[in-house]
Amino acid sequence: MRIKQLLVGITAGVIAISSYVEIAVADLKFPMLVYRTGAYAPNGIPNADGFVDYYRMINARDGGIGGEKIVHPECETGYKTQVGVECYEKNKKDAMVFQPMSTGITYQLIPKATADGVTVYSTGYGRTSAANGKVFKWVFNAPVTYWDGASIAIRHILKNNNGNIRGKKIALVYHNSAYGKEPIRTLQTLATKHGYKLMLLPVDHPGQEQKATWLKIRKARPDNILMWGWGVMNSVAVKSAASIKYPMDKFIGIWWSGSENDVLPAGQGAHGYKSLTFNAPGTDYQVHRDIKKYVHDKGQASGDGSHFGTVLYNRGLFQAMVQVEAAKVAQGIHGTSKITSAMYRDGMEAVNLSAERMAELGFKDFAPPFKNTCENHGGSGLAAVQQWDAKNKKWNMITEYMYGDSDVVQKLIAEDSSKYAKEQKIALRCN
Amino acid sequence: MIYKETGQYKSSYKSDHAIFPLIQDKIAFSTLMLIAFLVIPFVIDSYWEKAILVPFLIFSLAAIGLNILTGYCGQVSLGTGGFMAVGAFSTYKIMTSFPDLNIMIIVLISGLITAAVGILFGLPSLRIKGFYLAVATLASQFFLVWLFNKVPWFYNYSDTGQITVSERVMFGVPVTGATAPPYATYLFCLVLVVALGFAAKNLIRSKTGRSWMAIRDMDIAAEIIGVPPLKTKLTAFAISSFYIGVAGALYFAVFLGAIEVTESFDIMTISFPVLFMIIIGGLGSMLGSFLGAAFIVTLPIGLKFIMVDMVGLSAVTAKHFEISIWGLLMIVFLIVEPHGLARLWSIAKEKLRRWPFPY
Repeated sequence: MRIKQLLVGITAGVIAISSYVEIAVADLKFPMLVYRTGAYAPNGIPNADGFVDYYRMINARDGGIGGEKIVHPECETGYKTQVGVECYEKNKKDAMVFQPMSTGITYQLIPKATADGVTVYSTGYGRTSAANGKVFKWVFNAPVTYWDGASIAIRHILKNNNGNIRGKKIALVYHNSAYGKEPIRTLQTLATKHGYKLMLLPVDHPGQEQKATWLKIRKARPDNILMWGWGVMNSVAVKSAASIKYPMDKFIGIWWSGSENDVLPAGQGAHGYKSLTFNAPGTDYQVHRDIKKYVHDKGQASGDGSHFGTVLYNRGLFQAMVQVEAAKVAQGIHGTSKITSAMYRDGMEAVNLSAERMAELGFKDFAPPFKNTCENHGGSGLAAVQQWDAKNKKWNMITEYMYGDSDVVQKLIAEDSSKYAKEQKIALRCN
Repeated sequence: MIYKETGQYKSSYKSDHAIFPLIQDKIAFSTLMLIAFLVIPFVIDSYWEKAILVPFLIFSLAAIGLNILTGYCGQVSLGTGGFMAVGAFSTYKIMTSFPDLNIMIIVLISGLITAAVGILFGLPSLRIKGFYLAVATLASQFFLVWLFNKVPWFYNYSDTGQITVSERVMFGVPVTGATAPPYATYLFCLVLVVALGFAAKNLIRSKTGRSWMAIRDMDIAAEIIGVPPLKTKLTAFAISSFYIGVAGALYFAVFLGAIEVTESFDIMTISFPVLFMIIIGGLGSMLGSFLGAAFIVTLPIGLKFIMVDMVGLSAVTAKHFEISIWGLLMIVFLIVEPHGLARLWSIAKEKLRRWPFPY
């Protein structure tokens, strides 16, 4: 009896699956690898919402890109590499661009996407040396890389110490993964240049357990702390720093460690915490008004709409804007609205987001201008420092956008990318 | 009717001891092999390769490995992730140190290195048993992952701790790296799985396997009848680790291509799922290892396919459903059929014998 039921069930399942016919779409496909579940969901959700709202707004306001609707199938990765690979394989056909939102998945996709001819855009994360377009044809990480970020943070510390940090102790609290390890070499190189002492404090995935780390900080009392964290690790670190009464204005996070949900759990204790950023916070931009009008007011906000205007939501808008702009540029270059994956890459490489162009797109003064070229996929390399105001619950920009130590960073990028090119036997482009 | 052994006489010990004594089983298995070797390579695409078949084959191998140790020899292990990491990092080190060595040899040597590490971590099993051993193997999991993350020599001092595979060819076709065609990576794994699967099956039917089972069923009694516990337990650890090491090597070199130890060999991504595979598939059953691996690899993908692509749920809702269904199925399974999928299969065979006239 049981077997009979089982057989009926299996047959029904097979029929149901085979009756499913994939609908061919002529639209532009922007697959999304998101994580709205798991330890990194607090950061993954606002970012994904930013993407979705922007795509919906473009579809509603402009009728798509050059008349082609945007489709954006979501694939939930849970920040897991293996699932990311499955999502990529599932969606890679005719895909415009992949935005993995995870350094691990980015590393995974770089060789695969290069072989398949699909663009990977890791906005300010992923493999830093992918900024070298001569080696990494299909990978873009504009507008700024982790190594720029590390040197910008050091520049900020230098400025606050009148240009002399010889003998100072700087600690790096980092996610113990490829992501967190990215800045180490830059910081070491800068340590020999500026004479500070670097203290490395890894925090294991998922980052909830940081007691030992902060005990060490309490003992060693570093003059400054830098943090490369993501997910729950950020809020735990900020809370721990507050609880040992570490001066928060000496604690600087990377741009992925500076959103509202990282500092809110620490309450007033987080006041003065700094982080880098390459886009402005707030809702005072034309793009927000458009999203309000075309998406939120129609009740079509992604998720519950509560992340509107937060740091990571705004970053999602910025990322989506660059991706959409690249499609527009590609349509211009190739004179067709129906662009392929290969045409899209040409568009991404020719993206030129000047201040005027950003203003046209509704992003006036939202982020520093940048442009991609054949050699440079790493953008402007500009980032600013923002500081958390716990009383008013908002981030304030406290510096101008500034450059990192390009001598050091460019040299390291050239070294690392040429090593990769040699290993993978890649011929250099852009000659 | 279909599955009838009546009239199949065995006239030699050899035919009586065959792996598949029944002609129906032989036909079914040969058909399966023919399809696996001659049909699938021609129709496989990169989605089936990367999402379903290659992970299935690799996890089958890991499940066979763990089944040897846990299912046949009765030594519970939670160190699978750590041992797979040993296989992966050995492959990487050998690959970068000897660029001309054939990938097949590299994979097998990685298995041997893992076997040596397995023996080392198997030594405590002589003194500690059951849950206590599980805790000891858990320590090996954490220690090995920590080691590969901490000592830069293992990842050739790369900045990020990531290890990346370079291209290796077999018969002129790349089997590792991003340009490897789907059929090549699939066949490479399939050949290893079939060869090692047969080896394991025969080991289990030999004196070695019988002594493992004796230790599993009652170690004191086994010792009294002359089964040496030291040798038996350590061979189980060594052979089990060999399989898991080969699986780890394939997981890194053929499947993912780039790996970061803390993420890819985490206890929640490897050790527990592989343990679930053998529990759901069937402890102490070769077939169970394969069924369990197939179940665990395809269940999330299948659920996602049904919920997102067919029903049209949003990806995140589907994920929440998937997590709950996953847990629910696990419990239902353990209540309804604690002996696993392999047991369900043998019940099905019993029914097939009498079909269509059950009495």
